[in-house]
Amino acid sequence: MADESRELLSIRDLHVDFATDSGSVSAVRGIDLGIAAGETVALVGESGSGKSVTAMSIMRLSEGRVAAGSIHFQGRDLLNVPAAELRQIRGGQIGMIFQEPMTSLNPVFTIGRQLEEVLTLHQRLNARAARAQALELLQRVGIPAPERRIAQYPHELSGGMKQRVMLAMAIACRPRLLIADEPTTALDVTIQAQIMALLRSLQQEFGMAVLLITHDLGVVAHFAERVLVMYAGKIVEQGSVRDVFKRASHPYTQALLAALPDPLKPSARLSAIPGRVPSPSMLPPGCAFCARCAHAFAPCAERQPPLFAIGPGHGAACFLKEQ
Amino acid sequence: MSIQGGQNPASEALAPPFAEAEALGSAETPTQQLWRTFRKDRLAMLGLYVLLALLVVALVGHVLTSFWPIFDPVTVRLPDKLRPPLSPASSSLAKDLLPPFHSYPFGTDEFGRNVLARMLQGSFISLSVGIVAVSISLAIGLSVGGLAGFYGQRRLGPISIDTLLMRFTDVVLCFPTFFLILTVVALLPPSIYNIMIVIGMTSWMSTARFVRAEFLALREQDFVTAAKALGLPEWRIIFRHMIPNALAPVLVSATINVAHAILTESALSFLGFGVRPPYATWGNILADGRSYIFDAPWLFLIPGAAILIVVLAFNLVGEGLRDALNPKLRKRSG
Repeated sequence: MADESRELLSIRDLHVDFATDSGSVSAVRGIDLGIAAGETVALVGESGSGKSVTAMSIMRLSEGRVAAGSIHFQGRDLLNVPAAELRQIRGGQIGMIFQEPMTSLNPVFTIGRQLEEVLTLHQRLNARAARAQALELLQRVGIPAPERRIAQYPHELSGGMKQRVMLAMAIACRPRLLIADEPTTALDVTIQAQIMALLRSLQQEFGMAVLLITHDLGVVAHFAERVLVMYAGKIVEQGSVRDVFKRASHPYTQALLAALPDPLKPSARLSAIPGRVPSPSMLPPGCAFCARCAHAFAPCAERQPPLFAIGPGHGAACFLKEQ
Repeated sequence: MSIQGGQNPASEALAPPFAEAEALGSAETPTQQLWRTFRKDRLAMLGLYVLLALLVVALVGHVLTSFWPIFDPVTVRLPDKLRPPLSPASSSLAKDLLPPFHSYPFGTDEFGRNVLARMLQGSFISLSVGIVAVSISLAIGLSVGGLAGFYGQRRLGPISIDTLLMRFTDVVLCFPTFFLILTVVALLPPSIYNIMIVIGMTSWMSTARFVRAEFLALREQDFVTAAKALGLPEWRIIFRHMIPNALAPVLVSATINVAHAILTESALSFLGFGVRPPYATWGNILADGRSYIFDAPWLFLIPGAAILIVVLAFNLVGEGLRDALNPKLRKRSG
């Protein structure tokens, strides 16, 4: 618990359920996650593994119901803060950027107005000060000719530009934590690298912690310090980037890394993981990866493996690691 | 953008496709784009000119008929009754009764009242009924539709807010509106304000449905989630971010609703439930002219034509707006 008090964000045993026509379905099934100030943590997983739901739950933007667990941010219980305080935390202390910069800006207002709105709301700046600060922010996120761009509408900007504007809005109030939900998925590779470089420099300048949600292992390897691999609503492996990439211990992580194409062997067949992610409404009683796992043995189908420690800060939820 | 090998942010902006798009687009706001498309629709532009002319006529007419005694629409000149249009005033009239320029451009009615003056007074009433009634209906429709669309999933006891509001809308939609208005107007003291309010309160349903439909789609949009993530309060998200995005279909239906309101007011006045007789509206001029269809056809032709032209103009503008706001048609027309 002494460790927990230093954490900026701490998620304990989070369960998120969604109500469907055929009953309640669990998208997140008991996640523990801690982020220290200034740290970069990546949450990796396939579509539907529950990583975005986790991110949205931190901001209380998820449609799902938090069935159990807690989320604390700087000692405050985010799941129970009053609405006014929540609004102040959103955008003020936790910033968020999204996957689709093309649709994340309001199409009927200029980007300047949208930036200024955030500034006047959270920092109570007057119109002129907000304008000046908006220009400064646009400059900071690398938008050329900001005094011209500030009067433009989102449709006049490219995807990379829009993501820069989204970043400017997210960091406008110097948040302690930035949640980046697949920030580069919709962008092409060169723009991707620019955005990630910008994110890193902003992080260093402002001392923000970053929670990076992604399925791009390349981005993780370059950017993050710690990685959590999610599968079917649970964390299957966590550790430092070095540990997870060099000593991948969960068969799922190993398979994910093996599925990365190797540019040195262009003719090699791409390896895929056989089978598919189990539907959250029909999860097996044991390990969710059991049916696709080459190493599955007796206990896998019956019990859910807890997270076994492998090294300092490195753990995997697999019975193979039970010693 | 994939061919741009930019290592620094500036190179992205300097790449040719981007610079070109910027040169074309930077000057044009969405409003300018709308206007550019709208202007190509000749019928809609004709409607717009008619409406602008009507606005001028109504305002000028209101000033003239209120403050210029010889233009007073209730002045009775019995020697000059039922004069056809463009006929001169008879010389036997007292000096202070003479109409402007000693002539009756639209003729006179059975009491020798100047039809031009009465039409001018009526145009102001018609236009203000249309605008005020539609403003009321917009306020109700935007609120009901916005609440149903945004808070629809929340529950009040066993039923959701969406069900409650939209079934209420359906109930109001089921009323035979005109008879409801007739009943209410018959019960209330005859006043133009009551008519505006009653028409407004019985014409908001389509607006509410449009807004709800737009809100259901907008609520799932990323920029609404982004606005929440930035800590904007809900009222601000609804009124500042979602309503402007939902306004396009509402604007079209509002324009056409003005025409409906004008028609309804004319019909009410025609039936004698509208504005009290000394005051002229197009509907009661038409009603008065009914008894002289063969002797003085101008008494029903002039207000009838005025109603027709104005309603048509509003509909043309509404349809022009609908086309201009439709992104598919916009692309085709360049």
